[in-house]
Amino acid sequence: MTTPSTDVIDANVAAESSRVSRRFRWSNYLSLLYVVSVILGIGIWFVAAIADRGRGLLPTPLEVLQTGWSMVRDGTLLTNTEASLMRVLVGFIVGVLLAIPAGFLMGWYDFARGLIEPWIQFLRTIPPIALTPMVILFLGIGEVSKIFLIFFAAFLASTIATFQGVRNVDLTLIKAARVLGANDRTIFLKVVVPAAFPYILVGMRLALGSAWGTLVAAELIAANSGLGFLMQNAALYFQVSSIMVGIVMVGVLGFAMDRALLYLERRLTAWQEKQT
Amino acid sequence: MSTQEPKIAIQDVSKSYEGRGGVVRALDHVDLAIQDREFVTVVGPSGCGKTTLLNLIAGLEETSAGTILVDGAPVHGPSAERGVIFQQYALFPWMSVRSNVEFGLKLKHVSRAERELIATHYLELVGLKEFANALPKELSGGMKQRCAIARAYAVNPSILLLDEPFAALDAQTRVQLQDDLLHTWEQERRTCFFITHDVEEAVYLATRVIVMRAGRITEEIDIDLPFPRTDEIRLSNAFLQLRNRVWQGVHGRSSAAQVENPGK
Repeated sequence: MTTPSTDVIDANVAAESSRVSRRFRWSNYLSLLYVVSVILGIGIWFVAAIADRGRGLLPTPLEVLQTGWSMVRDGTLLTNTEASLMRVLVGFIVGVLLAIPAGFLMGWYDFARGLIEPWIQFLRTIPPIALTPMVILFLGIGEVSKIFLIFFAAFLASTIATFQGVRNVDLTLIKAARVLGANDRTIFLKVVVPAAFPYILVGMRLALGSAWGTLVAAELIAANSGLGFLMQNAALYFQVSSIMVGIVMVGVLGFAMDRALLYLERRLTAWQEKQT
Repeated sequence: MSTQEPKIAIQDVSKSYEGRGGVVRALDHVDLAIQDREFVTVVGPSGCGKTTLLNLIAGLEETSAGTILVDGAPVHGPSAERGVIFQQYALFPWMSVRSNVEFGLKLKHVSRAERELIATHYLELVGLKEFANALPKELSGGMKQRCAIARAYAVNPSILLLDEPFAALDAQTRVQLQDDLLHTWEQERRTCFFITHDVEEAVYLATRVIVMRAGRITEEIDIDLPFPRTDEIRLSNAFLQLRNRVWQGVHGRSSAAQVENPGK
């Protein structure tokens, strides 16, 4: 066979590079808007805080920044952040590690699916935080109960995503592997696992979001450390700027973790056709 | 054709599926013998059973009745001896072009050095040598199908089963790939079983055209045009006459075409 004509390739390259430059300009425009939006938002906050001076409940961004800095200096912010992060990471990692085999089992063997699926489908309709009273009764208010809640949230989200990934493997790919001589084991390891991988990563992002939300809520209810505890405690003393430091910290960390997984997802599944 | 044992012998094969509206009969007592090194094309409207027949020969499905013999032995499941090329290319998107081509060789435990040699040979043959390290998503449709062809050739099957491989390509690329396919066939002469719904493509490629309608073979037409097939042949009167005959067979009114879409 002959090579496709170089004209065609050149045309492709040209089209690709013009698309790239357009996208680049577009993303510049978008980044500018992001910055404008953030500055505008903080400005509105400032104005609102000054208007609220009479009541004195809403602190200005500057006051929140000062409070944050003093909390960094006396160590309360870091110790509580560390406590929250540890819980999330342990629960999340254990949850995902158990969810991946569970999801594969469900997707690959109808036997396993039949046994596991009813429970997964039922439990996933329960917001993990609704289990808090029960979990506290059985596991106390120590670390174990919070890690268990996070584990629960992460496990459910990841199991379902992995299961979906296995069910959605393109059947033609399995056929193609079979006619090249692959047995079931090879098909599972070389086709199903990589094909399900993007789903697993999406599941991990959902799991992390769910875990983080669950954790902070659990810490608000019962804890003696963590960002949720910090905010709850500050509320007792009417320290609104401390609460806001906590809120900002929760948001920033959640955003950072999500971005980290998104980056991983883009890197590891760059082979996908539909990628923007 | 000679009297030797056929490469593929399809003997009184039927295939039914349990559909929603009852049993659907996709193949109805089909008999067909394909000789070694023949290039057989199968044409027919969608739902005529041609893809079912290919899947049965590939071993991807099992017959409901009758037997299929390849080299005298009944087909049980797929084998690397029978390569399949799919319309949707079916490249593994997470593997480079080269890894795709080497996939079947790895399963055969071919040594790494030899794998590289074979893959390079076939990538060169299909004109993708410079794209060996590219991912499938970086290739055009025609290039993807070339890669799939190289992957099928690499395990050295004696039979190639092609399921409308060029249907998704633009007309120009299709003609190019037809010529390329014939070119390699003339060099390596594997037995080809090629499904299409394009009458012209069926005549241009084949040594014999099989017409199917409603689960039966309704016509077999020998194509005695010389090889290599060229543009002159494509435009010749002899070609046009054969083309018209096949077209009549596929589209003309006949009692066999009553149950054209038995699904619903």
